[in-house]
Amino acid sequence: MLKVEEKLFQDRYRVDAGRPHIKIKDAETCTHQCKSQQCTVCCPAGCYIQEGNGKVVLITDGCLECGTCRIICDEHRNVDWEWPRGGFGILFKFG
Amino acid sequence: MAEKFDVIVVGAGMAGNAAAYTLAQGGLKVLQIERGETPGSKNVQGAILYSDAIEKIIPDFRDEAPLERHLIEQRVWVLDDTSYMGTHYRSEDFNKPPYNRYTIIRAHFDQWFNKKAREAGALTICETTVTELLLDGKKVVGVRTDRKGGEIYADAVILADGVNSRLAVKAGFNSEIKPKDVALAVKEIHFLPQETIEARFNIGEEEGVVIEMAGKISAGMMGTGFLYTNKESITLGVGCMLSDFKEQQVTPYELLDRMKAHPSIAPLIAGSEMKEYAAHLIPEGGYNAIPQVYGDGWLIAGDAGQFVNGIHREGSNLAMTTGMLAARTLVELKAAGKPFSAANLSRYKAKLDESFVMKDLKKYRRMPDIFHNNKQFFTTYPDLLSKAAQTLIRVDGVDKKSKEKSIKQSFINARTRLGLIGDAFKFWRAVE
Ligand SMILES: Cc1cc2nc3c(=O)[nH]c(=O)nc-3n(C[C@H](O)[C@H](O)[C@H](O)COP(=O)(O)OP(=O)(O)OC[C@H]3O[C@@H](n4cnc5c(N)ncnc54)[C@H](O)[C@@H]3O)c2cc1C
Ligand code: SF4
Ligand code: SF4
Repeated sequence: MLKVEEKLFQDRYRVDAGRPHIKIKDAETCTHQCKSQQCTVCCPAGCYIQEGNGKVVLITDGCLECGTCRIICDEHRNVDWEWPRGGFGILFKFG
Repeated sequence: MAEKFDVIVVGAGMAGNAAAYTLAQGGLKVLQIERGETPGSKNVQGAILYSDAIEKIIPDFRDEAPLERHLIEQRVWVLDDTSYMGTHYRSEDFNKPPYNRYTIIRAHFDQWFNKKAREAGALTICETTVTELLLDGKKVVGVRTDRKGGEIYADAVILADGVNSRLAVKAGFNSEIKPKDVALAVKEIHFLPQETIEARFNIGEEEGVVIEMAGKISAGMMGTGFLYTNKESITLGVGCMLSDFKEQQVTPYELLDRMKAHPSIAPLIAGSEMKEYAAHLIPEGGYNAIPQVYGDGWLIAGDAGQFVNGIHREGSNLAMTTGMLAARTLVELKAAGKPFSAANLSRYKAKLDESFVMKDLKKYRRMPDIFHNNKQFFTTYPDLLSKAAQTLIRVDGVDKKSKEKSIKQSFINARTRLGLIGDAFKFWRAVE
């Protein structure tokens, strides 16, 4: 089965290096209060990664700007979600 | 930028371009702001274009718009793990111009549509994200952008910023979307030689086929799949409600890969080259999820207002129509010398109510809840139907009457007699 990285490899991005547009507000909440950590399943770009120790790490480079992570984190509201700066982020060739 | 505009349109998607075009044609001074590198570079669609909506805005769009194939055949498939059962409807009537539906590629189409808006007189700036609305009390007086000194003023702002309409939420006009009101769709585009596509789908040059799918491909979630033919490519994808994605363990890309591997779908894309993977939300809450769509100095059009008819896969046409109606409201008020106050902008709502947009959404208002609460339509029934078909078709020495009995019993075992009647009633209420 194809990994998501191989899919994202086909996509065009202009990454705003060092300025992630989405942030986890409080890492402790993910580790200790969020049982399902569902962002790690639902993100279509696999940006949220479960670390062995219960931590969740977010790397937004492959983000497709769908909004899923913000909306499904409705119990803890722990995602600080903005659009990338104008011109940055995913650049769909076809859409 | 001390310059002031009559109207600022946020977004250069279907709703934004329809609005900007209509405003410019109506003689208003329009600024359109888009965060993408070019219009369309952030936008995702299946994509079927319905001629009627664009025709009402640009009657001769067929002469110039980048269109892929006009559709002559619609397939509806219900799939289980190994089979599909379906209806195919092809008609030569769909093969006579003016064609009713086309496949399009959004990145191409949006650039063209935006060019028309600019030719009509709208000013579009890209690579600029609107970060918030500027308010004077409750009245919207302009926008703040992420450019230096990026405050721009206008008498009205049309929010055509799509499903993740952050601006209305930030301004406190509307609340955050709920997982049960929105679907996540993932899709890929696969390239194949034109002749291969035409041979595989039994179609001629320029002719196209769409396949809409339901059943096991959504892994028990409320969702559907689709496959559309373009000139030299096939787009296919699957979408399910976020409230369901939240409760299970399959990733969206795994769901897509499973669909692609289905024995009925794999041969259609065999040997193709995948050139893009995309994800996007679709508002699916229907009538009951529509937020407040106007106020002092502001209007909402398109996905931002949840204007999507999920069961018919119509969104772009509702976006164009609502964008056009929002713009017309402003053009008419301006001509009459009236201010863009909430009271005057309520005319927009009246126009919406008179149009197919609200009439259709109202008709299907019960559908989202019924499907949410009755997952058997996505799980049990596809299985039952497939097994029933197999029982009937397979010649194995069992007499037909016994076969019919066993099919009947399988339905009763799975849903009970009352359950079956109830389901039929629910299905009817959903689409009635
Ligand atoms: C997979 C999929 C398949 C679909 N298939 C069909 C189909 O076959 N037929 C159909 O009719 N509909 C379909 N739809 C629905 C259709 O795509 C949408 O209804 C339609 O695109 C809505 O148009 P819009 O202009 O409201 O939003 P969008 O097209 O999303 O446009 C919003 C625009 O606003 C810009 N923007 C957002 N925020 C800001 C900001 N803060 N500052 C600046 N710019 C901003 C975005 O970059 C974007 O260009 C499908 C949708 C999906 C996801
Ligand atoms: S769903 Fe929200 S709270 Fe839970 S792990 Fe993800 S970001 Fe953290
Ligand atoms: S916006 Fe979508 S693609 Fe981006 S991190 Fe969130 S879920 Fe993943």
